[in-house]
Amino acid sequence: MDNDDGCAVRAEGLEKRYGDKRALDGFDLTVREGTVHGLLGPNGAGKTTAVRILSTLIRLDGGRAAVAGIDVARRPREVRARIGLTGQYAAVDEVLTGRQNLEMFGRLFHLGARRARARAAELLERFGLTDAADKGVGDYSGGMRRRLDLAASMILAPAVLFLDEPTTGLDPRSRGEVWEAVRALVADGTTVLLTTQYLEEADRLASRITVIDQGRAIADDTPDGLKNLVGGDRIEVVVAERSEIPRVAKVVARVADGEPESDDTELRVHAPVTDRVAALTDVARTLQDEGVRVEDIGLRRPSLDDVFLRLTGHRTEKKEAAA
Amino acid sequence: MSALDPAVPATHGRAYWALADCWNIVRRGLTHYQRQPVNIAWQLGFPILSVLLYGYVFGSAMQVPGGGDYRDFLMPGMFVMTMAFGFINTATVVVYDSTKGVIDRFRSMPMASSSVVAGRGVTDLIVACAELAILVLTALAMGWRPDGGWGFLAAFGLLLWLRFALIWLGVWLGLLVPNPEAAGGLFAVAFPLTMISSIFVAPQLMPDWLGWVAAWNPISSTAAATRELFGTPVGGGDSWVEQHALLMAGVWPVVLTAVFLPVAVRRFQRLSR
Repeated sequence: MDNDDGCAVRAEGLEKRYGDKRALDGFDLTVREGTVHGLLGPNGAGKTTAVRILSTLIRLDGGRAAVAGIDVARRPREVRARIGLTGQYAAVDEVLTGRQNLEMFGRLFHLGARRARARAAELLERFGLTDAADKGVGDYSGGMRRRLDLAASMILAPAVLFLDEPTTGLDPRSRGEVWEAVRALVADGTTVLLTTQYLEEADRLASRITVIDQGRAIADDTPDGLKNLVGGDRIEVVVAERSEIPRVAKVVARVADGEPESDDTELRVHAPVTDRVAALTDVARTLQDEGVRVEDIGLRRPSLDDVFLRLTGHRTEKKEAAA
Repeated sequence: MSALDPAVPATHGRAYWALADCWNIVRRGLTHYQRQPVNIAWQLGFPILSVLLYGYVFGSAMQVPGGGDYRDFLMPGMFVMTMAFGFINTATVVVYDSTKGVIDRFRSMPMASSSVVAGRGVTDLIVACAELAILVLTALAMGWRPDGGWGFLAAFGLLLWLRFALIWLGVWLGLLVPNPEAAGGLFAVAFPLTMISSIFVAPQLMPDWLGWVAAWNPISSTAAATRELFGTPVGGGDSWVEQHALLMAGVWPVVLTAVFLPVAVRRFQRLSR
């Protein structure tokens, strides 16, 4: 399926079995050139398997896939010259220095010694690692290591970059550094396929998101589109007394698009709204006029967690970042 | 960022790049030793300590059947043991690279994937040469006096031939064991296997059945053959395998390679499953 149709990645009906387990079960994916595409799903949903197939590390059992217009099964070597891969583990050499790593990878990308050296210096500068360039990677912080890993993936300025959970296990500051680096790469025209279990990460970086569950794509949309799927923005009122809930629900119903839902234990009333600001001011004023004691009132955008719950009927198993 | 041509430079053929890739992997392996020279000391510490223990502590109690100097018996054994334990180093590096994702990175690049394994092998042989050089100097310092000349060189050829065969065992084990910690356990297996051989004690001095096992241990043939080639053929036995040590020192590594090279390659290919 070699072709050039503006798609950086195109996968159709990918299948991968391990014994009885179907890691991928008819997985489809289309990634437009020059975008960041999020692949979102809980642990074991098939994200990593999909990335390993698309980056030619493992063979597919069924379906077809092309990266940068080249079939991954039939011409893996040509695919490898056009991709970068940053895995869950920082796949750089821990004993070598940052510079030695990049020079080695440059030579292994067949740049030749001189160009490999120049490219290493350039990437170290770009990823803010010049000061640490001649230190052993074993002494790097998690964020520095991940940036070096990104730099190593960028040696050939790849058409497509696979980022498999690039910030798993990083502290918030390092995570921000990695996000910054990813945005800069995309500005230079690289297409990024980002897998993550962090909803916030996909929301921040990706212009389009594919939600994967049990080896299948169950949704494909923009982050906003996915949120609209669960009914757009919601107005939310938290009251002081449970007895106030019916009265508040009646007020909220006047501005809401749908039936207000209430939560007796959290003393919360919420409902979908379209005209956000008008609805908020209307409800706030009415409640004040009626003398209802309100603890909190606000607008809430649905999180991708809400999306996942709606699509699959179960929540993502959010794992805390392992240190 | 300056845009580099994303296509692989096509000015050289596949064979050229396979060799160049292999050399770059070798460079990486050697740079590791350059950055962590203490690793060589660790690898040599055990054989040198063994020689001191056996040569000086047990030495006076050690007999060599048919007479002869125990030191002449021991030194070639020490060389063989160093070569034999080498497979643990191979396995340790391979298990580290495969579990940390370094091999995956190599495999996702347009390099020859065979060079990952080939480069490891060449690195290990270069390191083995360095180890043998250091051990020979140690042995000479302790009063070991072998014959020089072609026999001397042939003996080192046989030692490296054994080390070459054990690379594949190391690669296979490295891809088999689940984590670097488990690779450390290989020593516990390798230690008795090297002891039940003619490295420290002549097999005739062991109980019959154990002596038979020791004589047929592949590393015993290399030990006996190198003693012969060093001009100090002490402690040889009467069994067929001991009488044909030179032949068997050539044959055993072929057998080991024939067994472990295919399984190592298959294991490596299984990474793509």
